[in-house]
Amino acid sequence: MTASDSSVAAVMAGPAGHRGWRARLTAWRVPLSILTLCLLPWVLPSQALAVNVLIYGLVAVGYNLLFGYTGLLSFGHAAFFGAGAYVTGIAIGKFGLPWYAAVALGVVAGSALAFVIGLLSIRTRGIYFSMVTLALSQLVYYVALQASSLTGGENGLRGFTIARIDLFGWTVDFLDPLKKYYVLMVFAAAALWLVSRILNSPFGAVIEAIRENETRARACGYDVERSKLIAFTLSGLICALAGTFSALHLAIVPLDILHYQTSGMIVMMTLLGGAGSFFGPFVGALAFLLMEDVVSLWTSHWQIVVGSVFILFVLFLPKGIWGTALAWRAGR
Amino acid sequence: MSVPLLAVENIGRRFGGFVALEGVTASFEPNKVTAIIGPNGAGKSTFFNVLSGVLAPSSGSIRFKGSDITGTPQHRFAHLGIARSYQITNIFPELSVHENVRVAAQAFRSRYDIWRNRASMTELDEKADAALAAVGLTSRRVATAKFLAHGQQRALEIAIALVADPELLLLDEPTAGMGPEETKDMVALLERLAAGRTILLVEHKMKMILGLSDRILVLHHGRLIADGSPQHIQTDPEVRRVYLGQNHGYA
Repeated sequence: MTASDSSVAAVMAGPAGHRGWRARLTAWRVPLSILTLCLLPWVLPSQALAVNVLIYGLVAVGYNLLFGYTGLLSFGHAAFFGAGAYVTGIAIGKFGLPWYAAVALGVVAGSALAFVIGLLSIRTRGIYFSMVTLALSQLVYYVALQASSLTGGENGLRGFTIARIDLFGWTVDFLDPLKKYYVLMVFAAAALWLVSRILNSPFGAVIEAIRENETRARACGYDVERSKLIAFTLSGLICALAGTFSALHLAIVPLDILHYQTSGMIVMMTLLGGAGSFFGPFVGALAFLLMEDVVSLWTSHWQIVVGSVFILFVLFLPKGIWGTALAWRAGR
Repeated sequence: MSVPLLAVENIGRRFGGFVALEGVTASFEPNKVTAIIGPNGAGKSTFFNVLSGVLAPSSGSIRFKGSDITGTPQHRFAHLGIARSYQITNIFPELSVHENVRVAAQAFRSRYDIWRNRASMTELDEKADAALAAVGLTSRRVATAKFLAHGQQRALEIAIALVADPELLLLDEPTAGMGPEETKDMVALLERLAAGRTILLVEHKMKMILGLSDRILVLHHGRLIADGSPQHIQTDPEVRRVYLGQNHGYA
């Protein structure tokens, strides 16, 4: 071994400790996330809260793929979340499809919508991108409002209760909240594994490069627009899956699921937890929903409190709860 | 004479009513270093942006290795064999030095694969380390790019361009913002790179250009006013008038 080889080895080992710790955490992020989520119904005060953390956490994970890793601030992700929910509900309620076919259809429809909205918005930049995605998702909202024979309009979509689910030969009582949680958990686990796989892939390196420096990524030979569109569609796919969860869980689809406030909530959860961190979105969803639960006990204006906390985070802890915790642990 | 590596013919570029570049015709032989100089606003950056695909020319054509590449999207240029650096440092600030170069190398292997594990592509690590060694950044391999000194960031940017193994290397003011010591290092690096490569560079530091380049093009008000060897350019009366004359002591 020459002198230069050994110096490379010394450099690669890095400043002792925390890099190895971060690498190990990254390698185990999927099993650790799944384990944590499996424990959630036993730790949280109510199982309903646990289901909501699972659903909104997964939406935020999907959104994080676009916002945290690709660097695109979309204000229209309610559209894909809602599309997944509506298509699943309609497929079951109006067409009598089995639940798994309805879920598949919801995911396909949400991804297709993400592809189309992505195609129309991806060439704009910065605030214009946010505004175009917002406008297009509001368009989807008004379509759902008007097409009331199919969507139930203002009253929301009703009448498609799922009582039992057949999963790999087992029949599960879907009205039992704990069993429902673990059925959804199976799909959430698969989605987390998929997202982790994407982040570890060559494409994962490309979207990070685009987030870091779009101009440089293009000069390196990457088709930035096409890569963004793929990221946008994959992000929509995960959000649509969470939307199908929401439909199965609530057995109604409220029209508000498509409203821009839902998009705003997704952004807030992602930022609260930590954009660009793998488990952050779940932490953000939990923090948001806990705040909503606790604060709404003593005032109906709970949004004021949650909004203030959000502003404080943006100003003082831009890495969010989880991101800050990781940085703090690494910095010790 | 063989086919030139790059040939531009009658290139023009307008921004609304403003003519940034007009009627520029030149061809570039392989393995030569050519410098492009001119006063501020002469059209150097526009010319560079046209050559690297950032801007499409309003008129004229660009031929690379004999084929017409006018209007090709910018992201294709790296794949054709044309790489560039920018006047303002353009790196991936939050990535490590190694990752900066590795992701540049990856563009020639895999751009849309969402399935494979990127860590398994070890040949990219070797390529990245070779490019880092070429610019003398091996010791900063794991550092986050934004924490590098200015001169090291410029070197990193050249490593990013170099890992593409380009046939044509476009360098936009590689010594911009550098002190004398860093400039000396960069000149030494460029002299090493010049062997066996075709380089076009925009520069302001006249002493450096005269020592480094085989040929100099002078732009003024978007037009090519001189084209020749450093000795020829130094004595050209037109160049002395528009360039050196208005900046006493600049050189």
